[in-house]
Amino acid sequence: MFSAGLLVLLMSGGIFLALIVDSMLSIREFGFAFLTSRQWNPIRGDFGALPFVYGTLVSSLIALLISVPLSLGIAIFLVEQAPRSLSRPIGFLVELLAAIPSVVYGLWGIFVLAPFLRVHVEPPLAAWFGWLPLFQGPITGIGLLTGGVILAIMVTPIISAVVRDVLAAVPDTQREAALALGATKWETTRVVLVNGAPGIAGAIILGLGRAIGETMAVTMVIGNRPEISASLFEPSYTIASAIANEFTEATGELYLSALVELGLILFLVTFLVNGLARILVWNVTRKTAGRAE
Amino acid sequence: MAMRTDKVRKLSSAVMTTLTASCTFLAIGILAVILFYIAMRGVSSINLQFLIDSPRPVGEGGGIGNAILGSMVLLGLSCVIGMPMGISVGVYLSEFGTGRFGGLVRFVVDTLTGIPSIVTGVFVYAIVVLPMKHFSAVAGGIALGLIMIPIVARTTEEMIKLVPHSLREGALALGAPQWRVTLGVVIPAAASGIATGAMLAVARVSGETAPLLFTAFGSRFFSYYLDQPIASLTVQIYNYAISPYDEWHALAWAATLVLMTLILSINIVVRFLTRKRF
Amino acid sequence: MAMPMQRIPTKIEVPERTLKRVSPVSDMPKIAVQNLNFYYGQTQALHDVSLQIPERIVMAFIGPSGCGKSTFLRTLNRMNDVIPGARVAGKVLMDGRDVYAPGTDVVELRRKVGMVFQKSNPFPKSIFDNVAYGLRINRLTASKAELAERVEQALVDAALWNEVKDRLKLSALSLSGGQQQRLCIARALAIRPEVVLMDEPASALDPVATHKIEELIVELKRQYTIVIVTHNMQQAARVSDTTAFFLLGKLIEVNPTDKMFTAPNEKLTEDYITGRFG
Repeated sequence: MFSAGLLVLLMSGGIFLALIVDSMLSIREFGFAFLTSRQWNPIRGDFGALPFVYGTLVSSLIALLISVPLSLGIAIFLVEQAPRSLSRPIGFLVELLAAIPSVVYGLWGIFVLAPFLRVHVEPPLAAWFGWLPLFQGPITGIGLLTGGVILAIMVTPIISAVVRDVLAAVPDTQREAALALGATKWETTRVVLVNGAPGIAGAIILGLGRAIGETMAVTMVIGNRPEISASLFEPSYTIASAIANEFTEATGELYLSALVELGLILFLVTFLVNGLARILVWNVTRKTAGRAE
Repeated sequence: MAMRTDKVRKLSSAVMTTLTASCTFLAIGILAVILFYIAMRGVSSINLQFLIDSPRPVGEGGGIGNAILGSMVLLGLSCVIGMPMGISVGVYLSEFGTGRFGGLVRFVVDTLTGIPSIVTGVFVYAIVVLPMKHFSAVAGGIALGLIMIPIVARTTEEMIKLVPHSLREGALALGAPQWRVTLGVVIPAAASGIATGAMLAVARVSGETAPLLFTAFGSRFFSYYLDQPIASLTVQIYNYAISPYDEWHALAWAATLVLMTLILSINIVVRFLTRKRF
Repeated sequence: MAMPMQRIPTKIEVPERTLKRVSPVSDMPKIAVQNLNFYYGQTQALHDVSLQIPERIVMAFIGPSGCGKSTFLRTLNRMNDVIPGARVAGKVLMDGRDVYAPGTDVVELRRKVGMVFQKSNPFPKSIFDNVAYGLRINRLTASKAELAERVEQALVDAALWNEVKDRLKLSALSLSGGQQQRLCIARALAIRPEVVLMDEPASALDPVATHKIEELIVELKRQYTIVIVTHNMQQAARVSDTTAFFLLGKLIEVNPTDKMFTAPNEKLTEDYITGRFG
């Protein structure tokens, strides 16, 4: 058994090592400038990660902006407001969203979500907020915004599931204390949220980690163009999508090495983000639960 | 004065209840829309031919038979690699994982669940595909197996933790050594829980695409050798979806319907089995 | 014209001050309970309880575990509403109005009837914010200065001010158990309720802290009506003017405390007090 634990540690160490070794070429060639260069030119052998970092960050940010309020609302409803008999089946349905594979989200994204955004969402956005550079330019339905929206849908079941656990772990005595002072249901919920704040932060960071690493769905709706532009309607590119798209086409060692370096960046970032999230959530949910779920 | 602000407070509370309820029903609504489209667009292309045939050039129909077989092969391989290892780690963590080393292992396992599957694919490419000089089913199986390990480890650990201490203590008090207690008493008691965890892991892994793109790669044929590239349902869906042909888009929906049926069935069955626990 | 008081052999020391207790302030009861029956789903927890609680006294509820005294306490401020399946039949009149009548403002009821719980439950906020909580949500103060004043007054009333006046901004969780409980009392007092319900407030505390709380209760009687549930008969004898004895969901006897512990009416009461059961 002990050896099993050791093997797991070796595995993660191994992944890290393999990624470094195979991206060495690219690291030596570009050094730190890899992270700041906007050029991604396979023909000229000039590679820079900035467009992907931008695309990954912005799509994840959009995803969180949409998903966090939604997830909080769901978790609050299921733990604090819905009657117990309802909240389990409904909770199950929300969790089913997490069971849908990424490629299926992508398929649905291309043929249902993108046209929907193109026809019903992006034109009004352009009309009302077109003075912002965020909402300018041609509207195709394929782009950064669609990527963000689909990520939001994918990340919501995860964030809401963790927040549910966090809220359920808040002892009932806190709720009773508020109620006995004359608090309304919502005021009592706010006390519960204060209690669960560190865990909620952890849940959000966990969602961020998922959004950053999401590959297929994003690849299929984001347009895959390594350019940075201010508009959310424009196509973009994320780190994960770039690897997925170009890995099998990579000609030449430098090209491949650059892609592996992207993988290394992704590995490090998600490792750190997830580690942080686990620390935050760990403290909250490992205490004895107050309300049995 | 207190009366008026009381009304405001109560109104706010009611508004918030409505808001949170709407969030929930929005989420369920989206689920319904997705499943609806899959059913609607997929069902028309489903027929026996579709399920048995391998892909053909545009205009000649074709099917996902090889992809279904390929997925089964890949899942089988991944279980062979992922299950024993994952269950061992899970058992280790729950029975012996209290020290600092155990804490470290648990932390690593937890964070490994968050590693994007595409990174695992890159890793397997580096250590399996490159030395072998070509794509293969084995590489795909290894990639999926590696993804499975942390998932299975976590659910196994949780299920074993649910076994009451009194059971363990009873066996230990009879003089049985620790390893015997673990293997002979604890694991059998947790067996059904471990099995459901394994089923969920299979459902999870069956939906993976990214790591297969450059390990198993994909194929238009039925393949019979593990050291050759092999088709899979998810990669096939991807290829059909991003193609420019409407006909193939329809096939993508149909293949999705098949995949979703599998995944949803597993989830519902597991849910049904674990319902009695509470 | 008093009958000579038959002193029964009990171990309960009834202090002098209890024996010399003055009669209550007014004749109109603050709370009048009429034929109260309470159900948790199918189980009946309270059977036909009728009781009057006069103003500005301390009334103690005693009885063995599970006899319904806490349940009854919680019906007075409708805290049992949150339990699914809880049902009430009968009347609880406060100042003449039935709190279970449809259309009752429960928020306002709980402002008037405060509660202190068995285990202290301060919010994870600063000491100041804890005491200010009730004032803030009920909009009871008009300015920051007034808020600070009310908080200070409440802490003074709860005999905690001197210990915390220099660290109001520190977390409430940094206080000791006894201090946290006094903080909870201050929090309840801050909104100036008319009745204070205490559910075994000192049971989780050490003797020194318990003594402080008991002193506090006797002091508070001057301004508030206090109902305290206790499993400690000695405590009931020390602090209360009137005592009510519950058994198996029924009210067996209510009497002035000195009479209760020296010459009770009911045999059951006498048996309980002399330690024959419970």
